[in-house]
Amino acid sequence: MVARRSRLRRLVTLDLPLLAIIAFALGPYVWMFITSIKPDAELFTARVQYWPQEPTLEHYDRLLGRTNFLENLLTSFIVATGTVAVGLAMSVTAAYAFSRFRFPGRRYLMLQFLVINMFPIVLLIIPLFVIMRWFGLLDTYAALIIAHSTFSIPFATWMMTSYMNAIPTSLDESAMVDGCSRLGALWRIVLPLSLPGVVATGIYIFITSWNEYLYATILAGQDVRTITVAIQTLVGEFEIEWGLLTAGGVVGALPATVLFVLIQRHLISGLTKGAVKG
Amino acid sequence: MTSLPAARIGPEPAVRRVPILPYVLLSPAVVVTLVIIFLPMVQAMFMSLHDYILWRPRDITFIWLENFAAALDDEVFWISLRHTAIWIGLTVPLQLLLGLATALLLNQDFRWRALARGLIIIPWALPSVVIGLMWSWIYNPNYGVLNDLLLRIGLIGQAVPWLATSETALYSIILTLTWQGFPFFAVMILAGLQAIPRSYYEAAELDGATKWQQFWHITLPSLGGVLITATLLRIIWVANSIDVIYVMTGGGPGYATHTLPLYAFNRTYSGMDFGYGSALAVIFTLLLLVVVVAYLYRARRSLA
Repeated sequence: MVARRSRLRRLVTLDLPLLAIIAFALGPYVWMFITSIKPDAELFTARVQYWPQEPTLEHYDRLLGRTNFLENLLTSFIVATGTVAVGLAMSVTAAYAFSRFRFPGRRYLMLQFLVINMFPIVLLIIPLFVIMRWFGLLDTYAALIIAHSTFSIPFATWMMTSYMNAIPTSLDESAMVDGCSRLGALWRIVLPLSLPGVVATGIYIFITSWNEYLYATILAGQDVRTITVAIQTLVGEFEIEWGLLTAGGVVGALPATVLFVLIQRHLISGLTKGAVKG
Repeated sequence: MTSLPAARIGPEPAVRRVPILPYVLLSPAVVVTLVIIFLPMVQAMFMSLHDYILWRPRDITFIWLENFAAALDDEVFWISLRHTAIWIGLTVPLQLLLGLATALLLNQDFRWRALARGLIIIPWALPSVVIGLMWSWIYNPNYGVLNDLLLRIGLIGQAVPWLATSETALYSIILTLTWQGFPFFAVMILAGLQAIPRSYYEAAELDGATKWQQFWHITLPSLGGVLITATLLRIIWVANSIDVIYVMTGGGPGYATHTLPLYAFNRTYSGMDFGYGSALAVIFTLLLLVVVVAYLYRARRSLA
């Protein structure tokens, strides 16, 4: 009797509220998916139909067959991969320096990397457009990789520093006693040990770059058209083809969402470490 | 004067002279950020002091602070500033409350906890373009699901064009952004909750404290630091985020959903007026700097 009452209580105070929050969190995405598999005849009806009578993949078919969507996916992949490569390459040695050395200006430099992560994108996008126009970089892969590096380098440096701080310095020291150089210790000991952190950071940068829209539409968009810009251009001039658009949304969001769910555990521990301490 | 300073207190790993190696290791990241971030910022400040129309490259004149003075006289500037205040003032507290509730639920022991957490953070991972379009479809006046639901339960008498009405557009986007950002708070607060020692609650229980008293006297005070840090981070992020608004309304109808950074962005690219747009962006950055400094003041401690 008591057990049953407490189970009921749990249902009301825990399971139901949580289910409501999950429904709120997932509802829009689920609704986008349902919309994408409805035939046009069921989309534009006086009363909304909540469940497709005749589910269809025609919108996906058209998306992949008649638009350049696959090409845009490839473009996004190239830009995001390039951004990850630049971000990690720049940040690994920087993070090692922050984590293993105490030197004049360390604190100031660390703060600098924290601050630039908070600069308004609008303050950067205006001058970057002018500068890239001078150098003829507009509408190139380089333009987007450079623009995305403005957030990836500081973010990666910050995350990698926190991951490396978790690796005991005694390990580098014993490696150096055994004849490793400083960089040898970084390469052979610290880097392999922080590999989960490197991967999580890399994937997060990949997601951010994949999802980015403003730089992608202002600094490129014609020859180099990423998936986010492509989705936005599916919005027609006169009427919006919601079936096609929602199909594009489902496909475009899928890679980042899957990656995010895969790494969330690593990522969250890295992201929240600083905040919990503060 | 020639002697090196005496050994300092605290851990001083490996190197004792003023070392060169860390600077060498840092140089690639520092040089690149100087070139791709600080140089453009200087360029933005330069442009903000000039009459700088992009398609009139021969006609760039130095005009002191005229762009800034013009902003203060610009009605749209003040409208955008007011919207920015509403935008931050509603979105961040809503995200915080919903995030707190979610975190408190997730902090209990139950079997599908990992699954629940994984599902709840999905909005965080979606591209802003997809978010904007998805919610525009939900708000659609003719075929949108929100109108249909509200009509069915009788809350509204006829369909509302949520994004096309000045009175509702800003609040509709605020709801979208609340949805997008609450998982961040939930995750941060959950980490904070898990750092509270269980013994506190056991002691309180022995003393006969109710659940509510425990929440008020143990949970909230222990979360204080996390809540402030997460809120500051979120204010910066919400203030900066213009992509969702840009996709959903572009700032319209009229100026109904203009925030200050979006106005700077629109002014720059609609009239190619890079001087005035930069000035607006600089003003916005200076205002935001107050929050950034507050955040850095808190983050400083974890740098040592």
